Amino acid sequence: MSAQPLAIRIRRHATTLSFLAPALIGIVVFFGYPLVSAVYFSFTKFDLLSTPQWVGLANYRRMADDPFLLQSVRNTLWMVAVFVPVRIVSAIGLAVLLTQLKRGAGFFRTIFFLPSLAPPVAATIAFVYLLKPGTGPVNTALAHLGIDGPLWFSSPEWAKPSLVLLGLWGIGDLMVIFLAGVLGVPTSLYEAAALDGANAWHRFRYVTLPTIRPVILFAAVTGVIYTLQYFDQAAVAGSIASGQATTGGGISQSFGFPEGSTFTYPLWLYTVGFRYHALGYANALAVALFAVAFAVTVILLRRAKAFSGEETS
Amino acid sequence: MTAVLETPPTVVPSPPAARRARRQNRLAWIGRHSIAIALAVMFLTPVVYLVLISLMTSDQALTSDYWPNSWHPENYVRVFEVTPLPRYLLNTMLYALTATALMLLSSVPAAYALAKLRFRGRNLLFLVIICVMMLPPQVVTVPLYLMWARNGLTGSLWPLVIPTLFGDAFAIFLLRQFLLTIPQEYLDAAKVDGCGEWRTLIRVVLPMARPGIAAAGLFQFFYCWNDYYGPLLYTSENEQAWTLSLGLASFHSVHHVDWNLVIAATVLTMAPIIVVFFFAQRAFVQGVTLTGVKG
Repeated sequence: MSAQPLAIRIRRHATTLSFLAPALIGIVVFFGYPLVSAVYFSFTKFDLLSTPQWVGLANYRRMADDPFLLQSVRNTLWMVAVFVPVRIVSAIGLAVLLTQLKRGAGFFRTIFFLPSLAPPVAATIAFVYLLKPGTGPVNTALAHLGIDGPLWFSSPEWAKPSLVLLGLWGIGDLMVIFLAGVLGVPTSLYEAAALDGANAWHRFRYVTLPTIRPVILFAAVTGVIYTLQYFDQAAVAGSIASGQATTGGGISQSFGFPEGSTFTYPLWLYTVGFRYHALGYANALAVALFAVAFAVTVILLRRAKAFSGEETS
Repeated sequence: MTAVLETPPTVVPSPPAARRARRQNRLAWIGRHSIAIALAVMFLTPVVYLVLISLMTSDQALTSDYWPNSWHPENYVRVFEVTPLPRYLLNTMLYALTATALMLLSSVPAAYALAKLRFRGRNLLFLVIICVMMLPPQVVTVPLYLMWARNGLTGSLWPLVIPTLFGDAFAIFLLRQFLLTIPQEYLDAAKVDGCGEWRTLIRVVLPMARPGIAAAGLFQFFYCWNDYYGPLLYTSENEQAWTLSLGLASFHSVHHVDWNLVIAATVLTMAPIIVVFFFAQRAFVQGVTLTGVKG
């Protein structure tokens, strides 16, 4: 390298830079700058009209006794604890089922995959309608079976489980990732296990699961990150189920319906920032969110080989 | 002796164990396929049901009926007349198409550099891009909103389109993973022929990377089409700039549009995605798989 004349080296760097320039500018302007500002703003107090005033740690102290924050953190943690594992287990189940089908695997894969592409707002409206307590088809069908269906999106106990159902409908992308993982398990491992007399469950438990562990880690981390930013479905379900205004100035009034049960962390952040215009506090909430998301990302980066930046070829 | 030779090979009567195993296999086969069919019905029911509701009268759509008493395909025309759906559709198309085109223009070269060029800090840059990809958008929402507001661009979709000119972290990641699979020999051959890096990218790499580019483009298009948070943040104040997702969420509550029409609009919002998917299924599934970890 050092043997190359300076002019050639400069030209080489210029070429590399010409490929990367837009992305580098993008990272600085739309990631670096706002991230640094968010940290700075989190120590200030201001709204859309006033200029930021330094208040030190006041915003962070305020987080300690904010009942709405507590409620939104509880809801988001509930989603992390239930939504993420349920989605992973179901996606693995679907993927394994697909590999066991001798006929029509491609057909079933398409059917299971498609709903994951549905626009979240459209899917949410569809589910609120399907699960309407009085006349919705699900409760009507349950009534035929003699079951008194729950109030789903209109009941504080069932609203989050209803969101989980909605999330299960859109499980297809995760399923495809696991399908690739399950298909990547070398058949020789299964044959060896079968020789040792392992039954189907043992083969799954001791061959499939350990082999796809990196994929599970990947799904868990991206699932947690996804759940931390869970916004669209919670916002739309609350407003459609409550029958209140969803957009413009009225948007956040229906957040969390019913009784705050769907009030997630991002909804509170949005409310603080864009309804109350407490921009300093909103940035403190954003920094806290960043800290958690970053910590979770680091787990993935430290474990997963594909992310280490090594060339595979 | 000959008699022995002439005896026909004895048909071994399958021992009961083998027969049982075969029957069990068949039962398992039927079981697995029954589960798959039941699940497929469950996955399809919401969509079928939506289509049926969208063809009912507004009164029947409020009942618990599954089947329309009379068919009203004209609902799909009416929803264009009684709601600003044409406006929303146009905005969504413009947003999704421009964003996708600009994103590809800026992300493909960056991904190429990350996959195939050697330079100091390459691994670090890749790590940063993964961090950007993982970052919940809400973290930078307030400072970005203030930035766009200072420039007078809130109330339009520009704050969502302009950043795509400067690359998209997820697309760069996806494209880089794809470009790594292109053998170095092709690039070396191009260099021997006297191609510079840009010529190599355009002449040699682009044609080979078409499936990867298609997947990245589709992801971006679908992301924009489905996006709710972005348009809500920047365009709530100006209904002229609303997208389908934003408009759809407000039909029933804000505009008091009848349910049959809301559902018709919901179906219309889903339909293009399904059509595009069937044309590009291969590229798409390949793309989703690439996002997972290898090995």
